[in-house]
Amino acid sequence: MTGPAARLRERWAAVRAGLEEFYAGPYRTTMRRARREEDDLFLLVVLAEALGVPDPAAYYSAEVLPATLPELHAWHRRMGMEASPLDHVGCC
Amino acid sequence: MSSLWLLIVGLAMLAGGYLLYSRFLAGRVYRLDPEFTTPAHELRDGVDFVPTNKYVLWGHHFTSVAGAAPIVGPAVAVIWGWLPAFLWVTLGTVFFAGMHDLGALWASVRNRGRSMGMLSGRYIGARGRNLFLVVIYLLLLMVVAAFAVVIKNLLLSTPSAVIPAWGAIVVALVVGQMIYRWGVSLLLTTVLGVAALYGLILLGDAYPITLPDPVLGMSPATFWILTLFVYAGIASLLPVWVLLQPRDYINGVQLFVGLAILYGATLLSAPDVVAPAVNDQVPAGTPGLLPLLFVTIACGAISGFHGMVSSGTSSKQLDGEDDARFVGYFGAVGEGLLALGAIIAATAGYATLADWQAVYTAFNEGGVAAFVQGGGSIINAGLGIPASLSATILATMAVLFAATTMDTGVRLQRFVVQEIGEVLGLRVGKYLATGIVLVIAVGLTFSAGAGGDGGMRIWPLFGTTNQLLASLTLAIVAVMLMRKGRNPLPALVPLAFVFVMAFWAAILQLGTLRDSGDWLLLGIDVVIILAAVWVGLEAVLAMRDARRRPVETDEDDRRALEDVGS
Repeated sequence: MTGPAARLRERWAAVRAGLEEFYAGPYRTTMRRARREEDDLFLLVVLAEALGVPDPAAYYSAEVLPATLPELHAWHRRMGMEASPLDHVGCC
Repeated sequence: MSSLWLLIVGLAMLAGGYLLYSRFLAGRVYRLDPEFTTPAHELRDGVDFVPTNKYVLWGHHFTSVAGAAPIVGPAVAVIWGWLPAFLWVTLGTVFFAGMHDLGALWASVRNRGRSMGMLSGRYIGARGRNLFLVVIYLLLLMVVAAFAVVIKNLLLSTPSAVIPAWGAIVVALVVGQMIYRWGVSLLLTTVLGVAALYGLILLGDAYPITLPDPVLGMSPATFWILTLFVYAGIASLLPVWVLLQPRDYINGVQLFVGLAILYGATLLSAPDVVAPAVNDQVPAGTPGLLPLLFVTIACGAISGFHGMVSSGTSSKQLDGEDDARFVGYFGAVGEGLLALGAIIAATAGYATLADWQAVYTAFNEGGVAAFVQGGGSIINAGLGIPASLSATILATMAVLFAATTMDTGVRLQRFVVQEIGEVLGLRVGKYLATGIVLVIAVGLTFSAGAGGDGGMRIWPLFGTTNQLLASLTLAIVAVMLMRKGRNPLPALVPLAFVFVMAFWAAILQLGTLRDSGDWLLLGIDVVIILAAVWVGLEAVLAMRDARRRPVETDEDDRRALEDVGS
């Protein structure tokens, strides 16, 4: 679809996107950081059993375990551990 | 003389500055390169480093640097007559602020978006970073205290602004919910939010609220100040999406609305400037124009705070290096426009010279109240909005700008307190940290009397600190230019001027603060003088060293950054 109508729609979409950005931009960092902190805590809970902390919900957290693997490396670096804290998972 | 001349000449100077001087700076001095890979691309992570459209980025940059300060400063400074303030705002914006803001942005972009504090580590010395922390904390502390007094004065002098000023908090809370909980589109939310705010302004104008005296055993002034700090404390602790984000956004929109109203009304009514060009009958006790003018107007002419915004957030979002000219320099021009509007409102909004003199009875009298009153009558003449309603609009706007600076300021100070705690090996929780911040800020506000009567004595000191911060940034930019074998004069001349004026003002204020027995402010002034001496020494040493080194290339930059980065 081309023509002035489509171009107008495009412009309109750009203005709305700019406005969204104007709203979200200044606090994006703060919010993403807060979310990352929550995720980090969640990861700690999920990994509790594997780290040697008894976890009454281990039956359920074990199920989530594989999903945490992609994040594991970045997580342990953020938590100030140079190498992976899990004996059976070596990521670096 | 018609204020239209002020408007036309001022706009022409700012436009000339942007079209000519910023082109010279971008081409010859900073040599902005559209091909350069900016940090937003190189380190793109979607959190801090995000390439952003230059108009949107300019909007962020402008709305974070402009607020109540470019209104308060000029409105106080016109006591010396309109000409000194006018010249300092226009020439300052063109040759000082624009150069400084663009320079800070460029310096940070060339250093992977690092902040000025980090840059001082590379160009001035490791101690520079601690110096930055101290100066920034003092700056935030003073702005919070000064704005508490500004808002208190406005709420007392314009009682019709009480309902909209506090009601705006509810509007912001609802806007936050609409966007994140109810999923209403932003455009509709904006329209509804702004409409609600103006509805509150109408309501406030119909029902002005004057507090009884005493209220809860305090004078109304004391009550408002305490309430403001309680508000700032709570607001700074809430999750940002609940209150701070929608409030900042609405203020951003308001800033554009306000500028349009003020300039439109001036164009349509072209009121006469009643204030003298140079006031040779200043009220007794007014300090000399030299050097106090140059610290009374900081934001609006040159302000170190802009360097923090430039290097803290804007530099991480710059899409292409050549966008820096628009974002940095034109951001400063935007603030100059606001300051120019404040000058016109505070000098042309009165019918006769006697009326004007009746407002400016002493230094720090008049100020924002004069802006509100004068601007109100200009809007009345230009747009036909009743004078009291116009004044309510302006007062609400000024209160909102000042209040958001207060809550953000308390929040940022909390982080500094926590950081200092970490250095000392203590873990300071956010409630305790906020408590510490509030106690110090309230103490500073009341140190000048229980009604905060002398609170505006902080204002010139705030400007002094701000200029000191600007000197630090300019010193870093000058050292960078010298190391790269470029012409450092565009940075060195403003640096020398601003530094000398700020230092001189700090020394003079030692005397006035001692006479008024304001020991807390006197102590702060001493710290500022020590910091200034330190800045001066470090900068001279760094420049001597820069002249001896071989010229740095882009390749050298890359190597230096990798050393630090690892």
